[in-house]
Amino acid sequence: MTLATHPVKMTTDLAGAVLPNPVLTASGCAAAGRELQPFAPVSTLGAVVTKSVTLRPRAGRPTPRMAETPSGMLNSIGLQNPGVDAFLAHDLPWLAEHDARAVVSIAGGSVAEYAELARRIAPAPALVAVEVNISCPNVESRGEVFACDPLAASRVLAAVRAEIPAVVPVLAKLSPDVTDIVAVARACADAGADGLTLVNTMLGLVIDPDTMRPVLGGVTGGLSGPAIMPVALRCVWQVHAALPSVPILGVGGIRTGLDALQFVLAGASAISVGTAVFGDPSAPVRVLAELETALGERGFAAVADAIGYAHRDAGVELVVPPPPAPAGDPARLSAAAGARPSWRLGEEDVW
Amino acid sequence: MTVGSSVQGDPVAERREPVQVRGEVLARRRVGAYQLVEITAGGIAERFRPGQFVALSVGGPASALLLRRSFAVYRATPVGAFSGTVQIVVGVHGRGTEWLAGVRPGEPLDVVGPLGRPFRLPAAPTGCLLVGGGYGSAPLFSLAEALRARECRVDFLLGAGSQDRLFGELEAKRTAGAVAVCTDDGSVGRPGTVADALPDEIERTGAAAVYACGPMPMLRAVGAVAASYGLPCQVAVEESMACGIGVCMTCVLPVVGEDGVTRMSRSCVDGPVFEHDRVRWDDVGTVPADALGAIS
Repeated sequence: MTLATHPVKMTTDLAGAVLPNPVLTASGCAAAGRELQPFAPVSTLGAVVTKSVTLRPRAGRPTPRMAETPSGMLNSIGLQNPGVDAFLAHDLPWLAEHDARAVVSIAGGSVAEYAELARRIAPAPALVAVEVNISCPNVESRGEVFACDPLAASRVLAAVRAEIPAVVPVLAKLSPDVTDIVAVARACADAGADGLTLVNTMLGLVIDPDTMRPVLGGVTGGLSGPAIMPVALRCVWQVHAALPSVPILGVGGIRTGLDALQFVLAGASAISVGTAVFGDPSAPVRVLAELETALGERGFAAVADAIGYAHRDAGVELVVPPPPAPAGDPARLSAAAGARPSWRLGEEDVW
Repeated sequence: MTVGSSVQGDPVAERREPVQVRGEVLARRRVGAYQLVEITAGGIAERFRPGQFVALSVGGPASALLLRRSFAVYRATPVGAFSGTVQIVVGVHGRGTEWLAGVRPGEPLDVVGPLGRPFRLPAAPTGCLLVGGGYGSAPLFSLAEALRARECRVDFLLGAGSQDRLFGELEAKRTAGAVAVCTDDGSVGRPGTVADALPDEIERTGAAAVYACGPMPMLRAVGAVAASYGLPCQVAVEESMACGIGVCMTCVLPVVGEDGVTRMSRSCVDGPVFEHDRVRWDDVGTVPADALGAIS
């Protein structure tokens, strides 16, 4: 598209964290930001969501840890990370020095561990939000997945919320592998979560037809990538419909600006680009530019105006998108613009 | 990498940062069982050092194959009619490499590179034996040039399953001192593996250092022979990667650090080149119980 559009205000408020734009990395898909710096400078992102950190270093699961699947991938990393001491000593200071905003993802095996992690990271520089990973499928026991149980999830969130300064929002990252995600979301919000990250990977399996055994060293793994986007989007939609005042960070298979737009329209205040980074390290920057263009083309003056817009009642049109028109057909475009006064034309637009 | 460091203001480090470029297939030709693909990729060849690799998108813009495919660089040409090119050798293993092995000149290719730690070169002129298995020998030829530029004697030992899977025999013979060849099936050269032939070649060439690239079992065996002669050995490992840039954590293997601690190291950014004796070959594919952060 070559449509010149009005500048769109991209600032977003994610549960109280005011970010310059709504495009973030996803936990586990950007390490702690440093490796992305040559491709997607961390200061240009809404925030860097860091790989989940645990109290002690974790070596993770045996290889193979990855299997490519149609429009997606399965991973069983097993939360490999250097532990919170190394993270606080090396990773967060680097993000602060490079003018990044950090959403720090924490993962624990017990309520007490989550609380301890929260205490440790609370004073850290660059911290703009905490993401509580209660939904990693690659833990030793599926019983540890707090996000599968509303009561367990609410206990973790209450414990973390109590340790983090009130000005720093706490997000609960939920699993789509539940019967009723709204029930888990509500339990987290009631326990003090300021927002929700929707969603983590879905548990999956790939079997090698030659060895006739599971491909992954960890047997099962988390499915991510465009393959899960409709599921993730459905979760955002359902939770936003049920809990419209709870801000959502949308994640799951986003690789273009139009993908991101769908999440915003479904109710996300911001989005994370995850697996797409593996295939395209500059994807977050590209998605941001594409999202801004897509919003402008649809007549939105600000990304905030588009949040949850797909839930509007029939017949309600706050902005009127222009009809699709081939680029380079100025007569048709100007006619369309003239007929639809709510379509805002930029001063510099020349048809 | 130094903690809290920034490459800004450090011209050498800046020059070595990887770049992502929209390249284009310049040429492709069959070499035995492989395809040699030359790609225009401005900025990558200029930064390249032997042993580094590039990560390519495969399947075109509507591809359902999301992950990058990583290839050791066979040859990098910084200046030329096409503003810098890299050449890679493709063996078909799956849908991604199948697509790459069929690309036509003009096909756009998104290229990230150069990636990974390069081979370290001897400080003083040293006799070096370069051991390659299959198309794993590809990165050894730019290494050989760099070694010769440092007045090192370079000899080759190349092996493969069969003659059509040898790569670079003629080039090695044109440029190197001694070139020994072996194949598993005996279709050319000495029958057997490079590890079988290695003792004779070390003795014949008097090499003081060994560099190896090829499949993991070969690297393990070659390094063990080199160690039995007391020779230092660097290997470029092949591990399955999703991103190539250090963010996905899939390509790990157990490596002993300078501090004696075993870590699950990323072969993309901590490697692909490792000192052979740093890799815990018995434990590749597992997380050793004494690795940092292993669940005890």
